Amino acid sequence: MDRVGPGGLRMAVRYAAANLRAEMQYRSSFLMDSLGTLLSAGVEFLGIWALFSRFGSIRGWTLAEVALFYGVVHVVFAVAEAIGRGFDLFGPLIKEGALDRVLLRPRSTLLQVLGSSFAPKRIGRLLQGSVVLGWALSALEGGPALGDVALLLWAFTGGVSAYFALLMLSAVLSFWTTETLELFAIVTHGGVETTQYPIPVFHRALRYLFLFVVPIGSVTYFPVVHVLGRPDPLGAPAAVAWLAPMAGFIFLALTAVLWQLGVRRYTSTGS
Amino acid sequence: MSSSSASEIHIRAAGLTKRFRVAERRAGMLGALAGVVRRRHRLVTAVEDVSFTVRRGELVGYIGPNGAGKSTTVKLLSGILVPDAGTCRIDGMTPWIHRRRYVASIGAVFGQRTQLLWDLPVVESFDLLRDIYRVPQNRYAETREELVALLGLRDLLDTPARQLSLGQRMRCDLAAALLHRPSLLFLDEPTIGLDAVAKLAVRDFIGRLRDRGVTVILTTHDMDDIETLCDRVIVISAGRIVLDGSVTELRAAVAGERYLSVDLEERDCELSIPGAEVVERRAHRVRVRFDPRRISAAELIRQVTDRYPLRDLFVEDPPIERIIAELYRRHS
Repeated sequence: MDRVGPGGLRMAVRYAAANLRAEMQYRSSFLMDSLGTLLSAGVEFLGIWALFSRFGSIRGWTLAEVALFYGVVHVVFAVAEAIGRGFDLFGPLIKEGALDRVLLRPRSTLLQVLGSSFAPKRIGRLLQGSVVLGWALSALEGGPALGDVALLLWAFTGGVSAYFALLMLSAVLSFWTTETLELFAIVTHGGVETTQYPIPVFHRALRYLFLFVVPIGSVTYFPVVHVLGRPDPLGAPAAVAWLAPMAGFIFLALTAVLWQLGVRRYTSTGS
Repeated sequence: MSSSSASEIHIRAAGLTKRFRVAERRAGMLGALAGVVRRRHRLVTAVEDVSFTVRRGELVGYIGPNGAGKSTTVKLLSGILVPDAGTCRIDGMTPWIHRRRYVASIGAVFGQRTQLLWDLPVVESFDLLRDIYRVPQNRYAETREELVALLGLRDLLDTPARQLSLGQRMRCDLAAALLHRPSLLFLDEPTIGLDAVAKLAVRDFIGRLRDRGVTVILTTHDMDDIETLCDRVIVISAGRIVLDGSVTELRAAVAGERYLSVDLEERDCELSIPGAEVVERRAHRVRVRFDPRRISAAELIRQVTDRYPLRDLFVEDPPIERIIAELYRRHS
């Protein structure tokens, strides 16, 4: 019912590009926002650097190792957030009845919602994450092997899927409740804050939450440990590194099903 | 803008019924708290057993008081709402089942809401709609050119939607809804809030759509829209269709009464005709009310002209607002 074809993607990209042009109409606000995210992300990593220069390592993890987690997670989240920005505005969209217009158009509801907004402002986070990631890779002993790069790319797609699914999940709930659920913002941003460090340093409850309940931790943690060439402190076998990103795709598939249920609910209740 | 035979059935709706579950809100802080814990619901019938057919190219006014079920019907017909009961076939499709395919052949304009991108030049919204509806470039260029000429949009294309006046915006929205050449167009309050000149321009354009074979369902509270545009009106009240017919039939169904005004040769003349009642008298002018079921206009005029020397005369209908208000009152 809600097929997403290649032509549909092109439409969504054009839609998003139009909205991007609209946003650029307010040039100074656009520049300030981009600069703001770049600065705050930069300051954040400086804080981590300061921490390590004082203590040397945290539970046996060096700064370069942590930087790899940090870089991967921030690049992943920046991309997921840029694509999934439309979900942020989805609650108000439903309240205003603007979903009717979406349903009146012969295209996937999901792609139209995605196209309705694009957040290039997050380019600041992407830039900063990429720099940290590049540095962490160059600090690897002997440089990154081809297999490592492949694994990281695989983890990147799985990670983007997982974070994207999480953003979508909070939007999906707007079909059932008009309240904004702060819980999801906490899980999303808490997830980034947590998974930018190696997850074994955290309490067991937090580990379980981000490895198994909301798999945004597993998709990046296991591959990155593997790339770092050290045995997993949690004791997972090496194969898990290649399997873990799958969790992101499964999470996304389940959320997409919920989305369809949400659309069906909307068309039967009209609200 | 599609070609087809005139008498072909375009929309066939039968027994459409839709009920909504509405949460009951209780008063006060305690009530609100109780509502969070356990919500009580009641069923509200939005439309019940709504049936009608519309021929291709017909311009139908769908009218009724606020909350009567107009927008629910339009949502059912446009596929964005699934009914609890009833069927609807339009171009061989059921709107809510074949929604994605079906909506490619319809257009919709909501007077209160624009589909133009607020901060971008109008032409960018048009281009985006071309992509959304997959309109081939050459056909798009041709249709756009045609609509720009008809609606006088030439100077508006490069203006951001937010800078348009309401009338300009409505003309652009009409064009936006027609770029993919739909065969069926839903218009919801297209003249709301417009000044007299803009209203006439919009009305003129809607009238032209009929000549192009586009079927139009027009919901409006503007009685002039109905009188000047609609071949047929469907009146809905409290979720049920209470009248389906021409504007003339609408008048006949409600208003028994009509008015005859005569200008007599003599001033202050007593005028008495059985079946007619004098309601106004000023200088040479006398206005009488009569019930056409008791005495036809022709018979009344014959009797008056036989008995009194006249300068002039004319028959009036009550204003359509009054007729519709009366109809709503009867069915509420």
